[in-house]
Amino acid sequence: MLPDFAAQNPVAAELEKAIPGALIDAKSPTDGLVLYISSQFIAAAGNYMKEKAGFERLTAITGVDWWPREPRFEIVYFLHSIKKNARLRLVVRAKESDPIESVSRVWRGANWYEREVFDLFGVQFYNHPNLERIMMPSDWEGYPLRKDYPVHGHKYSYQDE
Amino acid sequence: MKEGATHVESLDPQHELQVADPSGLEIPYEPTSTARRMTLNMGPQHPSTHGVLRVVLELDGETILSARPEIGFLHTGIEKEFEVKKYQQGIPLTDRVDYLSNLGNNLGYSLAVERLLQLEIPPMAQWMRVMLCELSRVSSHLTWLGTHALDIGAMSVYFYCFREREEILKLFEMFSGQRMMTSYIRIGGLALEPPRGWQKVTANIIPRLAKGIEEYHNLLSSNPIFVNRTKGVGGLPVDLLLELGVTGPMVRAGGIKMDARKDAPYSSYEKFDFEVPTRTENDVYARYEVRMEEMRQSLRIAKQALDGMPSGPWQAHAPQVLLPDREKMKTQMESLIYHFKIVTEGFRVPEGSVYQVVESPRGELGFYVVSDGSAKPHRVFMRTPSFGNLQALGALLEGVPIADSIAIMGSMDFVLGDVDR
Repeated sequence: MLPDFAAQNPVAAELEKAIPGALIDAKSPTDGLVLYISSQFIAAAGNYMKEKAGFERLTAITGVDWWPREPRFEIVYFLHSIKKNARLRLVVRAKESDPIESVSRVWRGANWYEREVFDLFGVQFYNHPNLERIMMPSDWEGYPLRKDYPVHGHKYSYQDE
Repeated sequence: MKEGATHVESLDPQHELQVADPSGLEIPYEPTSTARRMTLNMGPQHPSTHGVLRVVLELDGETILSARPEIGFLHTGIEKEFEVKKYQQGIPLTDRVDYLSNLGNNLGYSLAVERLLQLEIPPMAQWMRVMLCELSRVSSHLTWLGTHALDIGAMSVYFYCFREREEILKLFEMFSGQRMMTSYIRIGGLALEPPRGWQKVTANIIPRLAKGIEEYHNLLSSNPIFVNRTKGVGGLPVDLLLELGVTGPMVRAGGIKMDARKDAPYSSYEKFDFEVPTRTENDVYARYEVRMEEMRQSLRIAKQALDGMPSGPWQAHAPQVLLPDREKMKTQMESLIYHFKIVTEGFRVPEGSVYQVVESPRGELGFYVVSDGSAKPHRVFMRTPSFGNLQALGALLEGVPIADSIAIMGSMDFVLGDVDR
């Protein structure tokens, strides 16, 4: 069930009306609204936000790893409306095995941000034009920003060479 | 391959046919020789990329058909590093992201954590932060102006810009002991009490900088070489730029009045009187004009902050977050306990997440800090302006002559530390 404030909030209520079942939860911390979106609806919800709700800018996409909690990933989409001077976050919760639909058809700028999330967290995006590693070398093993990836130490020893 | 054959002849002939009609070019394509089409690797060690950026260019003669930026050569894993450090230990890491506007980065991170802690910052610290951030913006823009002009061929501007920038760096050294990696803005206020005589030094610097800016204006704004190389170059519809994630002076030069200092004022920016300069031409020259005007506005803000600097404490009253005064620590038991606890355990930050936006010289700098209630951040994500801006490079370079690519890349003003993090 949605909290009461989500039903009263116009953006959340309109989204719920336009795409039934997309909205799972909503929160309102000090810095704007946070909407939790069901993972299969993220591209549709993004499209709605851009075309109807006026959030024309996708500022960034990032991930948060809550390992060992399941589902472990939260993918966070930061939206911005210049006309309304408002900011909003969309959050999708995903398991390690869940692919998520890319929003790069909605906002072209999502391309690199999704590549970064894929590179550092190992989250798969489908319908992405070019899902390759962006920060790490293309033959890198593992996903550095996962919580079970070590911070220190290295795999290879150069002492014996 | 037979001896003496060039790499151009070895190109697949099938490959040639695909580009018989490259779109968006005014000059009709006439295949005169097989030597027209080539792939050129620019960087990662190229002087005009200002860092380690690699761009793979597909060329048709001198025209760029496509450009593919490759980044990551400076990826240092700073976001991972945050997760094993206590909140206050993250400040020096923020310095090293965008190494030309360190104070702005310190401020963004501090504001985000302060918002989670719900700390009230005294007015004096807020105004001092504004003053230093604006001077840091001028210093960053001066570095940009010098190197951009140098790329285009104006050698002397570079020396003048660095002469004036040196004054700002000396002031930062006076405040914090460091010229660039200042770490001066801390969670809860400033790192140290402002040094004795800072008002006099700052009051001396501001008019000198203003004079310097007029000097560069005289050197460049009507210089035929500079104007010919920048006017009408590097345009792209501003809606497309916005969609690709571009922020800051680049979209302001296209007529979008977007500035976090006005839209969502932080650190008392609403109390200062300044303009957000915009242009509508949306070319390299307009970006130059916007940045020049921004420097003048920054000096205006710094002057206001200097003249109206409130008196009072330079740190918030929060004994569980901020280290106590050294003298108190030596004489009072309670201060000693707080000191010990902050140094060994750090301070706990209430659970929650916050996205704090500040206006960096390059555009929108956002800090997304997620706290799980412990003394170390669960996740710190930096939405760095250069990363978003650089994403538009491929679109901006499509169909332009290769000589213009230097001017366009210069006008984007990216810092590779900011891109790769």
